[in-house]
Amino acid sequence: MLTLRDVHAHYGKSHVLHGVSIEIRAGEVVGLLGRNGVGKTTTLKAVMGLVRRTGGQIVFDGQDLAAVPTHQLAALGIAWVPEERRIFRLLTVLENLRTGLDRPGLAPARREELLERVFARFPILRERRHQAGGTLSGGEQQMLAIARAMVLEPKIILLDEPTEGLMPRMVSQIREIVHALHRDGVAILLVEQNVPLTLEAADRVYIMEKGVVRHHGQAADLRANPAAIHEYLGV
Amino acid sequence: MDQLIVQTLHGLVTGMVLAMVASGLTLIFGIMDVVNFAHGDLMMLGAFTGATVLGVTGSFWLALLAAAIAIAVLGVLLQITTLRPLIGRDPLTTILATFGISLVIQKYALWQWGPSVRRITEPVPGHFTLFHLEYPWYRVATALLAGVIIAALWLFLKYGKYGIWIRATTQDRVMAQAMGIPVPLVHTAVFAIGSAMAAASGVLFGPFAGVTQTMGFDFTLRAFIVVVVGGMGNLGGSILASIFVSLVEAYAAIVVSPAQAVIVSFVVLVLTMLFRPTGLFVPTPK
Amino acid sequence: MTGERIPGAAAAGDGGMAAPLLRTEALTVHFGGLAALNRVSFAVPTGQIRGIIGPNGAGKSTLFNCLTGVLRPTGGRILFQGEDIAGLPPHVISRKAIARSYQITNILPGATVLENVRIAAQSRHHNWSMLRHHRSYGDIIASARAILADVGLSGKEDELAANLSHGEQRNLEIGIALATEPRLLCLDEPTAGMSVTETHVTVELIRRIARGLTILIVEHDMEVVMGLAHIVTVLNYGEVLAEGTPAEIQANPKVQEVYLKT
Repeated sequence: MLTLRDVHAHYGKSHVLHGVSIEIRAGEVVGLLGRNGVGKTTTLKAVMGLVRRTGGQIVFDGQDLAAVPTHQLAALGIAWVPEERRIFRLLTVLENLRTGLDRPGLAPARREELLERVFARFPILRERRHQAGGTLSGGEQQMLAIARAMVLEPKIILLDEPTEGLMPRMVSQIREIVHALHRDGVAILLVEQNVPLTLEAADRVYIMEKGVVRHHGQAADLRANPAAIHEYLGV
Repeated sequence: MDQLIVQTLHGLVTGMVLAMVASGLTLIFGIMDVVNFAHGDLMMLGAFTGATVLGVTGSFWLALLAAAIAIAVLGVLLQITTLRPLIGRDPLTTILATFGISLVIQKYALWQWGPSVRRITEPVPGHFTLFHLEYPWYRVATALLAGVIIAALWLFLKYGKYGIWIRATTQDRVMAQAMGIPVPLVHTAVFAIGSAMAAASGVLFGPFAGVTQTMGFDFTLRAFIVVVVGGMGNLGGSILASIFVSLVEAYAAIVVSPAQAVIVSFVVLVLTMLFRPTGLFVPTPK
Repeated sequence: MTGERIPGAAAAGDGGMAAPLLRTEALTVHFGGLAALNRVSFAVPTGQIRGIIGPNGAGKSTLFNCLTGVLRPTGGRILFQGEDIAGLPPHVISRKAIARSYQITNILPGATVLENVRIAAQSRHHNWSMLRHHRSYGDIIASARAILADVGLSGKEDELAANLSHGEQRNLEIGIALATEPRLLCLDEPTAGMSVTETHVTVELIRRIARGLTILIVEHDMEVVMGLAHIVTVLNYGEVLAEGTPAEIQANPKVQEVYLKT
């Protein structure tokens, strides 16, 4: 469904992706692991058209994304939950959700349904729905960021380090959310540094180093034999 | 004492018109980092257009509407042709571009309407006696109308669906795009709104002192001061600052001549930049 | 890559023999309620290459910022050559012979490669005289050229810095830091964004320049750090988690846990 073929990307002069090839099929949870600075977030940004692509191809549902501007990706079915969450701090929780709910073509009934669904999954958001996004705690902001992606009814969610900076209790909540999304048939490209969570939640895992994919395998295989994990993520 | 009340009235009325001009300016800056040097000229062009329509139709309100729409359309064309291609370039480029647009508009107005002063007659005639003055009702009406327009803008931004799009884009353009908000369109729309408000304020201000090519200049100058004092991109701040600065100037005019009173506005600007550079009416940044 | 060590450099456990060049005592930095650094104490003997690693948010950048005067610590001391430099502004610290290379390159793009280094070298011998001694100017050019040779940019002297490749620019950055004749060189992720080839070039560069120098290097690339450093300090959540030779660190289960479970 989403295929990256030999993708190169630059930040100014810095050649950050040196030919990344990744594939995510419909409904799959794919993990992307790697140390800091290897290009995991850049890979997501390349899909979102937020970084200068200097080579390779990105294809989604048969469509080359090279010519698609960022603001049209949501309609295609790609949602992004960035590393810093990027909640609209001065908008309320409800208004944050509305940035996704107010999209053209969505019937009011369906809007209400989506809103209810998201509030049911994240009751704390219902409670805080009139509160400004910037006043939420880190964990709540993460939930809002994920909820915001969910209301787009995406085919795939690009989830960038959702557990970063969260307490252990919240981390298990994230795990549950990933499972639930998986059950709903949403594909997820999960960038993480939390190895156990990724190995448990993902079907397949890619490991990156210095701008390329160095290892690719079934999560189950990596759980059984974590040599590659130690090599590319350990000390 | 009477002077104080009279000047307060002056200050409030001018402040409201200034607020209309400054709102557009600060919105445009807040959302796309464009310092619109042509803003005052859009006001002037609006006033001339209004005067012309008034001459043809005899209706002030029609003139107001027509001017707002015409200049909004012009704003859209300018934004699409000149500013959109410059997005992402260094800010000096857009400053130069809007400065160039400003020059073109001024000369065009001179060519189109000639150097003589146009008149816009007040739609609300009559005066009331305020102490020793005959104070035109129209000025009060202007302040009220400006207030209504600004309030409408505020409500639109706060509660309207597209208002949320505008606010989201202002706060985080990239994330807004990721949410599917058509950011290029939002930019154009905001420029249109800003232009329309500038034009409308031009028509409203027309009866005060006549319509000339240079009428925009004073307002542009003060609008920039007000946008900085109120906090760049901060709509509420620029409105409060407009009233504040206009009042301060009006009071200063009791002591010195009005032409010299503008100095206090600059003093306010300098003090703001020294002590509260993010804006007087903005909560202190943490 | 665990190859050559610099002859004469202090090895692990040798910190008690001579006074360390750099020592921090209970260095603490609070950002609001968050402790970015919490009572960090470590010592680096002269001539050592010290690697600093740790997961995201561990405090590595904060530590560097304190050492180079960009950030004032909330508590603790930083003793450089016996003198407490905590809280001193960057230009004063630079005069005390601590230099730093940055993640975002600080080169002057509009100047040539030689000029970039020359300007940095001149700043070291700064004086207010408007008359420059012809001879001392020649000396400065000579030492700038020597530094360019060290960082492998001799052939590109007259090239505009903006035209260099990314890797070359980062190496120029190191050259600029060297030109200020530091005794302590702080390298902030020197191989970030580099290809494998460029990384190898930079590692060799660092080995070359390490003589007579004490180097602190923050890196995410484990091969680079483990191959270059004599001793590695591991930070986690603003505290020193472990310290030791690369082999010791790699065998340390606590460190593995931090990296694989975070």
